[in-house]
Amino acid sequence: MSYIRAENISKQYGNGDATVMAIQDIDFTVESGEFVSIMGESGAGKSTLLSIVGAMNPPSSGKFVVDEIDVYHLGSEKRTDFRREFIGFVFQSFHLVPYLTVLENVMLPLTTVKATKKRKRTLAEEALDQVGLTGKEQRLPSQISGGEKERVAVARAIVNDPPVLLADEPTGNLDSKTTHEIMDLLQRLNQEGTTILMVTHSQDCAAYAERILRVSDGRLIEGEGLVEALCLDRKIPLTGAGGLMLRA
Amino acid sequence: MNLRDIAFKNLLRRKAKALFVLAGLAIGVSTVVALISFVDAMTENINHKLEKYGANILIVPKTENLSLTYGGLSLGGVSFEMQEIREQDLAKIQSIKNAANVAGLGPMVFGVVNVEGNRVLLAGVDFEANWILKPWWKIDGTIPGEKGLVLGSETAVVLGLNQGSPVTIRGRQLTVSGVLKPTGSQDDQLIFMPLKTAQAILNKEGLVSMAEVAALCKDCPIEAMVKQISDVVPGAKVMAIQQVVKGRMEALSQFKKFSYGVSIVVVLVGSLVVLVTMMGSVRERTEEIGIFRAIGFRKSHVFKIVLLEAGFISAAAGILGYLAGFVVAKGAIRLFSESGGASIQPSFELLGGSFVLAVLVGLMASVYPAYLASRMDPNQALNAI
Ligand SMILES: Nc1ncnc2c1ncn2[C@@H]1O[C@H](COP(=O)(O)OP(=O)(O)OP(=O)(O)O)[C@@H](O)[C@H]1O
Ligand SMILES: [Mg+2]
Repeated sequence: MSYIRAENISKQYGNGDATVMAIQDIDFTVESGEFVSIMGESGAGKSTLLSIVGAMNPPSSGKFVVDEIDVYHLGSEKRTDFRREFIGFVFQSFHLVPYLTVLENVMLPLTTVKATKKRKRTLAEEALDQVGLTGKEQRLPSQISGGEKERVAVARAIVNDPPVLLADEPTGNLDSKTTHEIMDLLQRLNQEGTTILMVTHSQDCAAYAERILRVSDGRLIEGEGLVEALCLDRKIPLTGAGGLMLRA
Repeated sequence: MNLRDIAFKNLLRRKAKALFVLAGLAIGVSTVVALISFVDAMTENINHKLEKYGANILIVPKTENLSLTYGGLSLGGVSFEMQEIREQDLAKIQSIKNAANVAGLGPMVFGVVNVEGNRVLLAGVDFEANWILKPWWKIDGTIPGEKGLVLGSETAVVLGLNQGSPVTIRGRQLTVSGVLKPTGSQDDQLIFMPLKTAQAILNKEGLVSMAEVAALCKDCPIEAMVKQISDVVPGAKVMAIQQVVKGRMEALSQFKKFSYGVSIVVVLVGSLVVLVTMMGSVRERTEEIGIFRAIGFRKSHVFKIVLLEAGFISAAAGILGYLAGFVVAKGAIRLFSESGGASIQPSFELLGGSFVLAVLVGLMASVYPAYLASRMDPNQALNAI
């Protein structure tokens, strides 16, 4: 069985006249250690999909399984624990805590974990080292650049070494040099075994992935194809639900 | 880093809000502390006076609308220019049924005289009876003879006289035989001399202005004795001092009830301030609470953070409130307590009580905001930004 399984998932927001079908009847699987890009037009439902994978957003219907855990059948606190242990999340808009330093922001996911202060600090410093931010530990989020914030967000997502890393447009606000640094970092993490799902608008970045899920109007686009990789000299398969099912 | 650090850092960041909550609680606590200290000090003061008051029955002329104050106790009567009681009537007290219980009878005569250009209240007393009636009296010097007098400590200072000084009062040559040590009562401002001499000076031979009776015994039938004395001394009002004190105690207990009411209201307002401010703070922090929840803080963790913050501020408010209340009560006592005597000492019990009260109220008022915070849906919280 695949590591991540989404079965017939739909999510609607609101009710009555205000109902929005954010995603509809989505099926896909992701193997452990895969690097998958999610692409699609704005409002297609990418963030919604990612938040469902991130155990933060219960789908209206369907089943979502990670590592044989039926995530949305867990009680609310258990699901929180699941998030802490399985998921690292890089948000679309960083979401750093403004009054905590860079180091403290990175330590945040360890707050409720049983470990000594020193151990937590070491882990956070290691994560910051991985994203190349050593030396800026004591700065506040307001005292670093956008690219650095993004890297802090990544460091925070990986500090507790989660098996799954979710990133929602991690390079949306960055120049191409910083973009490549972040993408190289994600790729390195992926090579070390982290399963990555990343939402992106950029073909460049999508090309880092082994696979692309294309979302349009709340549905996965069927069929297979190849996407021109612009920042890497390789071509990768573009798959929709159908393609994935074939592989599964 | 742990939950406590997060709570603490957030407080430091939102200093204005934290101070607001602190002030709301501290004002409530200080009001309670001030009122309790004040009432306690007044009660103790009255009890103390009662205890050291040797006499327990007063005989005063039956006059309307007088407001006589003596010994710091308001007895209802002004002015010493008043009707008098005949000395011979007082003698009948020896014949009442409970005469055996009368340990001392102190007739007094009052009048205003001019001494060295000052108007001073002159009191003729029975110095022998005073040993029992005013056991706290200490005289620097000797008990005056027929031509002697004793000065109250303040009178001595004002008149610039001391033991041995000659004094002329209404043409009579007298000598200061002693000075009364400060008593903290009205006695400090008087001139005392033997009853007979005073009666002669004041032209009140055979008359007394009031009399104190010490009924010394355990569980004296004071009420009965009051009745017996009023039967034999016509035209006099006989009162048990306990009754007078009781009246004051009743007034005080009314005030106590009132002050409890005020305390409850102030504490309620304080907790409302906490509630509203914490609600605002929680709402403002939607994003970070969303982050906390998203990266794996349980609901209970978020709940704890909010309560920890409230706890920190409340603890500080408890201590600050106690200190402020103490200062206020000290000031109030100075204003309200007549002729001194009442004082307020720092109390660890009250400090502990304020601490517990503040923390309890602060936490209780924060439970709902904390609950709202913990219930926030991470996805919605983060989407809202
Ligand atoms: N909390 C919500 N309440 C109501 N509607 C929502 C909510 N979140 C998203 N939607 C709607 O669901 C649809 C999908 O939104 P989603 O954020 O998943 O899109 P997206 O693909 O991430 O877009 P973008 O590329 O702009 O980030 C959109 O129509 C959006 O308006
Ligand atoms: Mg999005």
